[in-house]
Amino acid sequence: MTSTVDTPADAPRAAPPSGLVTVARAPGWVRYALLAVGLAVAAWLPNGLYPAVAVDILCWALFAVAVDLLLGFTGLMSFGHAAFWGTSAYVTGLVAIHAGLPFPLAVLAGALAAAVLAVPIGYLAVKRTGIYFAMVTLAFAQMVYYVANEWRSVTQGENGLQGVPRSLFGWDLTDDYYFYYAILPIVLLGLAAAWRIVHSPFGRVLVGIRDNPARARALGYPVHRYKLTAFVLSGFIAGLGGGLFAVGHRFVSLDVLHWTTSGKAVIVVVLGGIGTLWGGVLGAGIVVRLEDWLSFSGFEAIGLVTGGIFVLVVVLFRRGIWGSAAALARRLVARRR
Amino acid sequence: MSGFAQNTFNGLVSGAFYALLALGLAVIFGMLRVVNFAHGAFYMLGAFGAYVLLTEAGVPFWAALVIMPVGLGLLGMALERAVIHRLTRLDPLYNFLLTFGLTLILQDLVKLRYGVQSSPYETPSLLSGTVNFGLFDFPTYRVFILGFAVLLCVAVWWVLTRTRIGMVVRASTERPDLTRAFGIDVGRWVTPVFGFGIGLAGLAGVLAAPMRAVNPLMGADLIIVVFAVVVIGGLGSIFGSVAAGFGIGLVQAWGEAYLSNFPIVSQTIVFIVMAAVLLWRPAGLFGREEAPA
Repeated sequence: MTSTVDTPADAPRAAPPSGLVTVARAPGWVRYALLAVGLAVAAWLPNGLYPAVAVDILCWALFAVAVDLLLGFTGLMSFGHAAFWGTSAYVTGLVAIHAGLPFPLAVLAGALAAAVLAVPIGYLAVKRTGIYFAMVTLAFAQMVYYVANEWRSVTQGENGLQGVPRSLFGWDLTDDYYFYYAILPIVLLGLAAAWRIVHSPFGRVLVGIRDNPARARALGYPVHRYKLTAFVLSGFIAGLGGGLFAVGHRFVSLDVLHWTTSGKAVIVVVLGGIGTLWGGVLGAGIVVRLEDWLSFSGFEAIGLVTGGIFVLVVVLFRRGIWGSAAALARRLVARRR
Repeated sequence: MSGFAQNTFNGLVSGAFYALLALGLAVIFGMLRVVNFAHGAFYMLGAFGAYVLLTEAGVPFWAALVIMPVGLGLLGMALERAVIHRLTRLDPLYNFLLTFGLTLILQDLVKLRYGVQSSPYETPSLLSGTVNFGLFDFPTYRVFILGFAVLLCVAVWWVLTRTRIGMVVRASTERPDLTRAFGIDVGRWVTPVFGFGIGLAGLAGVLAAPMRAVNPLMGADLIIVVFAVVVIGGLGSIFGSVAAGFGIGLVQAWGEAYLSNFPIVSQTIVFIVMAAVLLWRPAGLFGREEAPA
């Protein structure tokens, strides 16, 4: 009988992904080949799927990568990222409706608003770690949800914001197929930014903090400030996704702020593989496609399936798809040597 | 004055639910280091179970008050044995995710069978009507809930501090290795404690059935407020969780009564309090300081 845990929960703990690779270390040609395959899939996607689904996948890919930036590379599990995704969706919608700006500018405004909101929430949340961090972020996201629900003059309450325009210098983007290609560059920029952050000296410090916060502090790094910066950057990237999601659906409802949205973002990351940016993108593709297929086939209890995936992945498959594939590839290479 | 007394009383009653749920969360957390997201789902199952027992089998409230906590407690123990204990050696975040997934599953199972609309549950006849303590007419049922919850919290406190079982549980919670070194089998207490915490959630659910709308989503929003409550009280402290539960009930009721012109503030007052506590005492009002990280 050894089912208790021996360390107190308050002690600094390694984040979930410790023991996996810290940062992708595949040889150069493998990485370029993967990048080429990824770009090819991205370029082809709306030809193989419903374009509206392809648009959703892009938005969720940004959301997942934002969550993974914290969960996988900083060791902080935010269970309230809907706050940033949703705030940006509302701000983007409002700016696009009332100011009539081209949609990329509206999305930028939304993402900036999300980043600004991430400053106070992050400042308070990084005072706690581990499971407390998850609870605190979840609670603050719920607070944002209630505010949006009560502030009907701005958010239209349960009716939601209707008729978010897709304007871009007079081009006709009403067809989801063209809209997909219009947002693809923005999404790729966001993903590239996340990659850049992870592989920068700043990103290395984040991984150091994740693996051994006490040591990072002893080396003179202001741990709280690093975590807060990562939190704000993550909020911004999640905001990019949320803003594009609002324009993509031409509609913003309270769902974008709901706790199930925060949870879904975490499922996507865990399914894809924590601490592997590619995994978040892959997880987004799978979950969005699956949910679309389920709702299309008239299955009502989507939570049964997403919840089931959650349980299975956590119990049997904690490395996620990308993490398992990477581990397998490494083992094969090691055997050949 | 009687308005203030009434608000205070109602605050204590809703605080009783927070306190019962927070108590279960804290006991489970202490023993297993698991934050049980599904706590709200078990609360919902308690209320729904009472409703189904009454409407489909004619089982009265008083019997449900025993059957549901015991049944859900056993279900909780089975769950702990089947999945949760596989993950307790890993980072607690995994069990948080696991129980989150379970919440989605339980909610949707109930939704599939009974839909999302709220079902009414009649107050047991013995407890209908009102009691007058001088200030105003107190609904008897709410007086019963408050008294019952306070008694239960005192009983748990008594068991934990004054009995041998409680001593073993507290020792295993605080210093599992040292307790084992004294020859006490720590592991055997894990499953019963988990079941006990789940049973408390089920009990709170049965108590809520005659007072709140019974629907599949009733637990989910509540549990997030309870998370804020345990962050405020300090999850490591059982007393802190209970005190914060009652305190937040009060603050919420007063907020709704006296800040009704500012619905945004009165709806989010719990989270504002949580933010203030995080600024002032990050470990919670009754919590111990975390190791710096």
